[in-house]
Amino acid sequence: MLRLEPRREPSRAMQVLTPVFAVVLTILAGLVLFAILGKDPFRAIWLIFFEPLTQTYALAELTVKATPLILIGAGLAMGFRAGVWNIGAEGQFVAGALAGGSVALALHETAGLWIMPLMCIAGMLGGMAWAAIPAFLRTRFNANEILTSLMLVYVAILLLSALVHGPLRDPEGLNFPESRLFSESMILPILIEGTRAHVGFILALLAIAVAWLFMERHLLGFQIKVQGQAPLAARFAGYSEKRIVWMCLLTSGALAGLAGTTEAAGPVGQLVPALPIGYGFTAIIVAFLGRLHPFGILLGGLLMALTYIGGEAAQIAMSLPSATTRVFQGMLLFFLLAMDVLVGSRVRWIPRTVHG
Amino acid sequence: MELVVNILLGIVIAATPLVFAAIGELVVEKSGVLNLGVEGMMIVGAIAGFSVTIESGNYLAGVISAIAAGALMALLFGFLTQTLFANQVATGLALTMFGLGLAALWGQDYSGKAAGNFPRLDLPVLSDLPLVGKLLFGQDYLVYLSILLVVGVSWFFRKTRGGLIVRAIGENHDAAHAIGYPVVLYRYLALMFGGACAGLGGAYLSVVQTPFWAEGMTAGRGWIALALVVFAAWRPGRALLGAYLFGGITILQLHSQGFGVKVEAQYLSMLPYLATIAVLVIISSDRLKVKLNAPACLTQPFRAAT
Repeated sequence: MLRLEPRREPSRAMQVLTPVFAVVLTILAGLVLFAILGKDPFRAIWLIFFEPLTQTYALAELTVKATPLILIGAGLAMGFRAGVWNIGAEGQFVAGALAGGSVALALHETAGLWIMPLMCIAGMLGGMAWAAIPAFLRTRFNANEILTSLMLVYVAILLLSALVHGPLRDPEGLNFPESRLFSESMILPILIEGTRAHVGFILALLAIAVAWLFMERHLLGFQIKVQGQAPLAARFAGYSEKRIVWMCLLTSGALAGLAGTTEAAGPVGQLVPALPIGYGFTAIIVAFLGRLHPFGILLGGLLMALTYIGGEAAQIAMSLPSATTRVFQGMLLFFLLAMDVLVGSRVRWIPRTVHG
Repeated sequence: MELVVNILLGIVIAATPLVFAAIGELVVEKSGVLNLGVEGMMIVGAIAGFSVTIESGNYLAGVISAIAAGALMALLFGFLTQTLFANQVATGLALTMFGLGLAALWGQDYSGKAAGNFPRLDLPVLSDLPLVGKLLFGQDYLVYLSILLVVGVSWFFRKTRGGLIVRAIGENHDAAHAIGYPVVLYRYLALMFGGACAGLGGAYLSVVQTPFWAEGMTAGRGWIALALVVFAAWRPGRALLGAYLFGGITILQLHSQGFGVKVEAQYLSMLPYLATIAVLVIISSDRLKVKLNAPACLTQPFRAAT
């Protein structure tokens, strides 16, 4: 029979290989899913995972979708390492978009290179402020940050909706619930002419580099890892748990807020109620797919972006339901978590012995 | 008076899905497992119950399908966390995301359709009593089932050997294993009970409360149920109380515009979520009490030494 035996030390090879296994298994499960739905499974998988890689436009789109995923994922991973479960990044994304967007709307008649950095800073502060609520409630009142941060997602989305129906609505518009279009200085510069790839992707790459330096080369990064792997050891070493909670939530909030701003000031170009489309939740998958390591998150973000773009293309070409992408993303996380068992354990075949 | 009765009826209907989901998760947590996938199990239960009810025209078949769908989702969670030792928090999140996607895929052809009126208790004389008749003797059958379930779970934990074993496993799985209790088996069973209850709660939303299907219709109720378990200090009776309290807040929000409160609808819709946060803060700030009431092995993986 098959048995799982604990390894003495986690397998390094498996840490790198399990995400690959998970992707392969997801593709196999996808073939089954499409067959059940009565669609040509091989064509669907080709459209989702491979076709986008052959087109320049799709590659540019890849960076557009990957930008918020990488930014948010890099922040979340830091907290997950410390056992701080900020799952309300979607709310911080909205708060950041609101803060950055409000700056843009307040300055809409001005122009200048200084506006964009100001919007980004406002967005980061907005996301931080939203994340500060669960941080305060956890450190002061011991309230579980998983539940409080998640509840704040609903509050943020409702707040966005209320504001674009009210004070932030386009005064020259036709009463639609949407803000003014951002003027030229408030739109992120385009990287490649003729595509939507914008400077936000550079910010995401920068965030990955900084996250790597911080987690691997700085004492605070080390403290975060100790806090997550051995909370008692962290306490004996005198690391302040409260400080780590605050730091993780504020950092991930700031990055989610920045992602919200780059989304509003990038592909969307205004504030609309439909701005949040789940990047904050998908980024959780990105963080795990990247093994909570900054470089892994870069790859994970690109892969998840691929499922978005390929998923959209497949929806149009094969009239697939739009929820297919989300099912895929959920399956991927399942397979990843399941495959993770191979990091800490090995599978052994033990023949049944017959005792005479 | 009529208005008061209507408000009370509304509270019962708003609270019942939360009662189901919370009582199920309470049993799961008592066994030492934290399943954050309640929202996902609920929404899958909602679409399973709704689609089967529509296709078969049989409410019982719908309800049973919802129970089965929720339990199957929980089985998936159990396999990952109990057999493959996956992280419970991450797996619960995965279950919710997968469930929301699966339900959207499953339900794409069911938007806009409506299920009829769910059968209600109808007793001669009693149900026709003025005021209290409708409230006490005229609810749909699932309302009574939800209350029976709470009483049953309470009795199970207080008076039965099985309840004692589940509690022992939740408090100290190593000791329970040493005595010879099958820790993993009991956790699987508790998880499936929790999933069944969450599925039922979801079906209550789509088949009884609204009754139609809309994508993402659980709107965070699974998460509120998780908060209710903390609020209840892991006691069934208090979970029921908490659910009704939340039902009250939901109805307050719906009726406040009728009372002439001049606030935009979005701000009122925030109330249940803000109330959840407030409740969590109030309950959790007493650290000692939470520590004493929470099952000691909550979220800790169990791996038997061989």
